[in-house]
Formats: sequence, structure tokens, C-alpha cells
Amino acid sequence: MIEIQNVSTSFPSKDGRFTAVDDVTLTVERGRIQGIIGFSGAGKSTLLRNINLLERPTSGRVLVDGVDLTALSEPELRSSRHGIGMIFQHFNLLNNLTAQENVELSLKFAGVGKAERRRRAADALAIVDLADKAASYPAKLSGGQKQRVAIARALATEPKVLLCDEPTSAVDPRTTASVLQYLADVNAEFGITIVVVTHEMNVIKAIADNVAVMEDGRIVEQFDLAELERPGFHPATSIGRYLVSDAIELNRPHRAAAPAGPAPKGLIHA
Amino acid sequence: MLERILSVLPEIGAAMGQTLAMLLVAIPLAVLIGTPLGVWLYTIGPGGLRHRPRLHRVLDGLVNLVRSFPFLILLIAIIPVTRFIVGTTIGTAAVIVPLSINAIPYFARFVEQNLSQLGSGVVEAARSMGASRSQIVRDVLLVEARPGLVSSITIMTVSFISYSAMAGLVGGGGIGDFAIRYGYYRYETPLMITAIILMILLVTLVQFGGSRLARRLDKRL
Repeated sequence: MIEIQNVSTSFPSKDGRFTAVDDVTLTVERGRIQGIIGFSGAGKSTLLRNINLLERPTSGRVLVDGVDLTALSEPELRSSRHGIGMIFQHFNLLNNLTAQENVELSLKFAGVGKAERRRRAADALAIVDLADKAASYPAKLSGGQKQRVAIARALATEPKVLLCDEPTSAVDPRTTASVLQYLADVNAEFGITIVVVTHEMNVIKAIADNVAVMEDGRIVEQFDLAELERPGFHPATSIGRYLVSDAIELNRPHRAAAPAGPAPKGLIHA
Repeated sequence: MLERILSVLPEIGAAMGQTLAMLLVAIPLAVLIGTPLGVWLYTIGPGGLRHRPRLHRVLDGLVNLVRSFPFLILLIAIIPVTRFIVGTTIGTAAVIVPLSINAIPYFARFVEQNLSQLGSGVVEAARSMGASRSQIVRDVLLVEARPGLVSSITIMTVSFISYSAMAGLVGGGGIGDFAIRYGYYRYETPLMITAIILMILLVTLVQFGGSRLARRLDKRL
């Protein structure tokens, strides 16, 4: 469904060029959920933006559903984007539009007529169980609800692919599970191919079929999540192992036990 | 004193009418022309939808140029332009030309500033939805900037109530001119105070209405 072929993306910087994505090749089969994990600055968000060409690669090709997006004209690319939904860490909803109007926006851009827009937006909001919030403005919604409106907005045009950029990084852990459940549901129900970029391994463990680990603009390793169940399996790279271990390790000489009796007042905030 | 005020009441009424006429033409004109100009400035500026550095520098300079003129000097400097557009260089119509010429770049700056404060998130989302540049401007940027733009129109209107007082220089009339002629030149202080009270009322009304509308449009809270 998605073929990223030898894609590199670099930006002009103070000293020459900064390479955010360095010769990446990645194939995502139809109906799969692909995770991309890495630390900040690893290039994962840029790679995700390479898929719908929000960020045009400096070199390489990107094929979605067999169409080479990098070869398209601007109008052709825009119409291809109606088939590729995207959600963001900070939701990127319009504050001055209601949930319903926000969802209608993607349909409006896709050239859908007004009456049908209203109907399909209502359907999309029903999928994420927010039909009762159709008339609410984003400021009145919780973080999880905002992300669900964003999911509805992305789904309204019935895309084949859904790109998720840190979809749960701005919501609390319980909401994370709910947002991921909706993503898993639309994947199962509509067969939408999903790419999830995140720095949280638990997100990958929860939802992805396969994960690509990125470091310094490269995919340093890739494995199926089913592998993690296999006894004796260890990620090949240290960063992969670190991400899988999922624990914060500190250098701390010793951890003090709580002192008996009430804590001295002055130390409460220490 | 009250008698004196009553005796010039028709003139005060006419002056208010002239002030309103100036505002009602210049402000809508500024919004109508200043908005596309401001959108253009934003679009071709750094961080805009289509950065065009050299064109932006020219347009930016032009806007600064017009905005640099003290209004009194602009009023006189563009007399030939005024004659060409309205066929006269005196009277209320003649003041509307320099008022508008001053107001257009003034508002364009407001538009540019309001748009550039919106952040790149919604623009990126719109692009991912396959929106064209004109759709992004119309359906995203101007929608999100609406409350800010209403506040900007309010600020501009208040400023131009004050600018319109200089209209007297070319016989444009208006309530500010009335205050200058009767109060300042003829030492009829009560008349000046009357005119100033009217201006205070006008400004208060504009500010009150503008703030209310902006609050109603703003859905961020």
C-alpha cells in the first residue's frame, strides 16, 4: 500500500545541509499497522510527512496505492491527499469551528456537496462515538475527544491510508488507550492502512503489527511485534533494545528510603 | 451656554454625519482592499504559504512607505490623486481618499499580523486534507483569524475617528473639525467640550460593539 523507496530529505542549515531522513526504504502492506519509533530528532515525523508529501523528499520515490506521488503535479497531489488521512499530536482542529464543521472541512476540500458533507461528517463523528458533541467547539472538548474529532475528520473522506503523528503524546495514559482503540477499530473495520509515529514503545506494543526503529534519519532495524513474544528474541541494535525495555534508567548512587515519622516541613517541596 | 449649544445643534449634527460618512467609507474600503493585501503579504512572507522574498520586500517597503507619512502631510501630498479620484480637493469626499489610502496598509498590517500568529498546525492539517492555497486562506486562516480581525477593525476605527479630525484642513468637516473650529480657534470652550464628549461617546460605542462581537466570535474559551 505504501512504498517508500530510497527517500532522503535534507534541509538547509547553518553549516551546509541537515539530513533528517537518510536513504530510507520501507514497505507497508495493505491493512497493516506500521509503527515508526525513535527519539526526538530521529527523523520519524519528517519520514511520515514524506508519505503525503507535506515534506517533499529531496530524493527517492513514494508510492501510495501504486501511485508515485513524487511524480504528480500539484493539483493531482492534492486530490491524492483526499485518500490519505492524517492526525497530529496537537490535533490541529480549527478553534472557531464546531466538531461537525471541523469534520466537514476535509469533505469540503475534497469537493463534496453541502448536504452530503453534513451527512458524512455526522457518520464519521458517530464512528468515534462523538455524535452528541457535533455542535461543540474544540475548547469544550477533552484532549481525547479532540483527537477523536481529528480521526473523524481524517476518516470522513474514506481514505485508504491514515498517517498518525504522535497521536497520543498530548493525552494522558488512559485516553491513550481509548484513542488507540479507535485507531485499531477503524483498521479492523475499514481495512485502513495505518502508520503511527511515536516515541512511546507502549503505543507500538499496543497497536503496531510491525515497527521500524529510526535513528539519525535511518531505519536501523525493523521487526514484527509478534517477534517480541518469541523467547530469546532481542532487538539487534542498542536503541531497539532500549526502546523495547521501556524503562527509564538513571545513574543514582542510592535511593533513600522514606524517613520514619513526618517529613520535615522545609523539605516537602525538595 | 446651553442656548449657544442648541443654536449650533444642526451644525453638530451635520458634523457627526460627516464623521460617520468618512468612517463608513474609509473603514469598509480598508477592510475590502487591506484584507487581500494583508493576505498577500503573509502568503509571500517568511513562513507563508508561498515565500517570495524579493516580492515581499517590495510590498513590505511600499506598505511601510505609506504608513510612514504623518496623516496631515499625506492629506496634502496626495491632493492630485484626490482630485483625480473624486474630482475635488475639498469637502468630505476629498478627505475620504487620504483616509482610505492611510487605512488600507494600516489594516493590511493587522491582517498579516493576525494570520502569522495562528501557528502552522492548522495550515499543515489543511494541506494534509488536500486543500489548495486559496482554500487554506479562505476556509482556514481567515476563519481562525476572525475574532482577531474584528478587534483590529475596532482599533482602526477608533484611530480613524481621531485622524478624521484633521479633515478640517481641506474643508472636510466632521465632529473633530467642529471641536477645532469652535473650541480651539474661537475659544468657545463649551462647544469644544460638547464635541469632545460626542467623540468620546462614539469611540466608546465602537469599542464596546467591537469587543463584544470579537468575544462572541472567539471560540477558544
